[in-house]
Amino acid sequence: MADENWNPKIIAIICNWCSYAGADLAGGARIQYPPDIRAIRVMCTGRIDPLFILKAFQDGADGVLVSGCHFGDCHYLEGNFKAAKRMFLLKSVLKNIGLDDKRLRMTFVSASEGAKWGTVMTDVVKTINELGPSPLKEFAR
Amino acid sequence: MAEVKKYEEPRIGVFVCHCGTNIAGSIDVKAVMEYARTLPNVIVADDYQYMCSTPGQNKIAEAINEQKLTGVVVAACSPRLHEPTFRNATKAGGLNPFRFEMANIREQNSWVHMHQPEEATSKAKDAVRIAVAKASLLEDLVPKSVPVEKAAMVVGGGVGGMQAALDLANAGIKTYLVEKSPTIGGRMSQLDKTFPTLDCSQCILTPKMVDVYRNEGIELLTYTEVEAVEGYIGNFDVTLRKKARGVITPAEAEVRGIVGGGCTGCGDCSEVCPVIKPNPFELGMAPRKAIYIYHPQVSPLIYTVDFDACVKCGLCVEACGDKKAVDLEAKDEFMTVKVGTVVLALGYDIFPIEKKFEWGYKNYDNVITSLEFERLICASGPTGGHLVRPSDGETPKRIAFVLCAGSRDSTGVGKPYCSRFCCMYSLKHAHQIIEKIPGAIPYIFYMDIRSFGKMYEEFYYRIQNEGAKFIRGRVANILEDPVTKNLHVNAEDTLLGRPIDMEVDLVVLAAAIQPSAETEKTRRLFGVSCSQDGWLLEAHPKLNPCGTTTAGVYLAGVCQGPKDIPDTVAQAEGAASAASIPIHRGEVELEPYFAQCMEDKCAGCGMCINQCPYSALSLVEKDGRTVMQVTEAKCKGCGTCGGFCPGGAIWMQHFATPQIIAQIDAFLLGGEQ
Repeated sequence: MADENWNPKIIAIICNWCSYAGADLAGGARIQYPPDIRAIRVMCTGRIDPLFILKAFQDGADGVLVSGCHFGDCHYLEGNFKAAKRMFLLKSVLKNIGLDDKRLRMTFVSASEGAKWGTVMTDVVKTINELGPSPLKEFAR
Repeated sequence: MAEVKKYEEPRIGVFVCHCGTNIAGSIDVKAVMEYARTLPNVIVADDYQYMCSTPGQNKIAEAINEQKLTGVVVAACSPRLHEPTFRNATKAGGLNPFRFEMANIREQNSWVHMHQPEEATSKAKDAVRIAVAKASLLEDLVPKSVPVEKAAMVVGGGVGGMQAALDLANAGIKTYLVEKSPTIGGRMSQLDKTFPTLDCSQCILTPKMVDVYRNEGIELLTYTEVEAVEGYIGNFDVTLRKKARGVITPAEAEVRGIVGGGCTGCGDCSEVCPVIKPNPFELGMAPRKAIYIYHPQVSPLIYTVDFDACVKCGLCVEACGDKKAVDLEAKDEFMTVKVGTVVLALGYDIFPIEKKFEWGYKNYDNVITSLEFERLICASGPTGGHLVRPSDGETPKRIAFVLCAGSRDSTGVGKPYCSRFCCMYSLKHAHQIIEKIPGAIPYIFYMDIRSFGKMYEEFYYRIQNEGAKFIRGRVANILEDPVTKNLHVNAEDTLLGRPIDMEVDLVVLAAAIQPSAETEKTRRLFGVSCSQDGWLLEAHPKLNPCGTTTAGVYLAGVCQGPKDIPDTVAQAEGAASAASIPIHRGEVELEPYFAQCMEDKCAGCGMCINQCPYSALSLVEKDGRTVMQVTEAKCKGCGTCGGFCPGGAIWMQHFATPQIIAQIDAFLLGGEQ
């Protein structure tokens, strides 16, 4: 398992309209969660090129979270459907290169679900802590 | 255009905000600022108590001028809050406003890691490093200005929708008022009296209904539903389904060449109609025919054929005679209108209180809802205003009111929120009983009486003095005496600390409210979010309660959350004012997050075209090659095409691939490993 000094490096790529707003709401409500995740904002999860996620793992990320609107709630109608399809594909790619596909997670958190955002953050960190450091870390530049 | 641009040497300024103690309380702001100075491309780093204040903003403008900055990073609150502020500050310094990037170290850091200052500070450093990486690659962008159609649409013809439509039309804007049922008026037309003034609801509502009908600026579209929505602020194309009404108006008759024809509302057709159905306006407590009006004061006064019930015997056609208003072969019609802005006033439904089986609604005859009480006590209602027990038609003397019936309910069956007007209308009901039935006693079972409005608390005292009995306690269950059909209300009187078993003649449940059945479908058509309870989500709970996250769509009334009539009307006026602003300005600026095709990389495969939900992409011939072309007016900047292009040939302005990769690299490869 992980050595004691290891802290997971997790990147979250989240959509502006639902999950980013939900994360802001969690802040307003002072919901406390572990500080291991760094968020990058995009307008829609549909923007997320699978290469972004592979690049993150190549750079040694221990986990990647993609979070968007609930199905049917996408600000751009269907970007989250398209993102979800890509995530399924990516999970099989990750398995094929020997990475546990639990390191990539897609969640759906709406702008009103601050509490859920806190739960998601806690749960993602817990999952990655259990999995330990990414085996690709030593190859990262 | 849309080549990958060569950048001048980036020169970034970083400004870290204390936000009083909001940020500085858990993050070492000085350490973050010192750290920023060590980052590549950072020329200047500074910190300040409140970056959003005028001196804070001036710091940005001064630094841009003095240091010839090419990019600005502010580490403060959420970009959803202050991005516009700091973009303006960047612009004031003479730099393109889109060369600004924000690091969120408050909502997503200091506030959620309040007891982990070290980790929070380290996270803030990462956030600044990520933002600097992006800011180093930002480019000049120019917002696109689009014209705004000089027309508005209001969806929902209740009191909120009517007020919004009247205000818009009176401001000189052509307004389409779309209502799903055959008449406008909404819930308010079902009420008898209104609290706390005891005005007759119909008496104050019907003049407004007539105003709407007569207003030349309003195109009233009753019995019509929104079918599809395309476009964006300034240019919504809304497709409407005009449901088959089976009856034509005088105007439509004139178009068809029937002189002096069309429905006059005489009611001859309804008289001869052999089909009898329950009237939903009277909550099923009175009959109506298959050709019907809800009530005598409907607007417009045009009959409607219920084609689900009609047997097409043709008696109504005969009765109508030369007016030829009835057309039993009518079909749904579709029309598309172009509007600049939209106000949603979708209203509410009553929570199906039979789900709280312990109170026996629909099981026991003499348990009714407040809305049924309104119809029974109303002079134009099914009993002519005589309150009777449904079981035997007797006048009840002991009447129990159960407040918070399904509201403030954390059992999972009811609703967790306060429905906000039940306390007040139950007080009003108590007053009406005391006034109308000599010797009758209302017993009000309450948790708290919430009389928060103007003159509401005074009304509460008045009802107390009139003799209503208040019992503080939630009703555990209600049991029916099978012989007398009287009801035993079992509750705990929490003030006296003892259980109660009270026999009453009638129970009125002040049932919770929930979003109307159409809310879910309609909000998705307009791309409006909702809260967990299903109420539509405002753009900001405090400072933008009428707006939504979809530009050009505004909210009025209960669809945004429970509120009483004055609050609904006030919000409707606010929404109408907000909806008129873009129309009067004549043009709006769209954020320039458009997709651009990098033609040297585009293979013309066309796979992106199906990804675009707005049909903004197409293939064109250019210099003997097939390449993709973006129609900027249709592109909303989601980037779904850019996330898909196999050749990486799509440049998403402000969210370009190199910018995002730089952010990922900055987090994972930069910094203290």
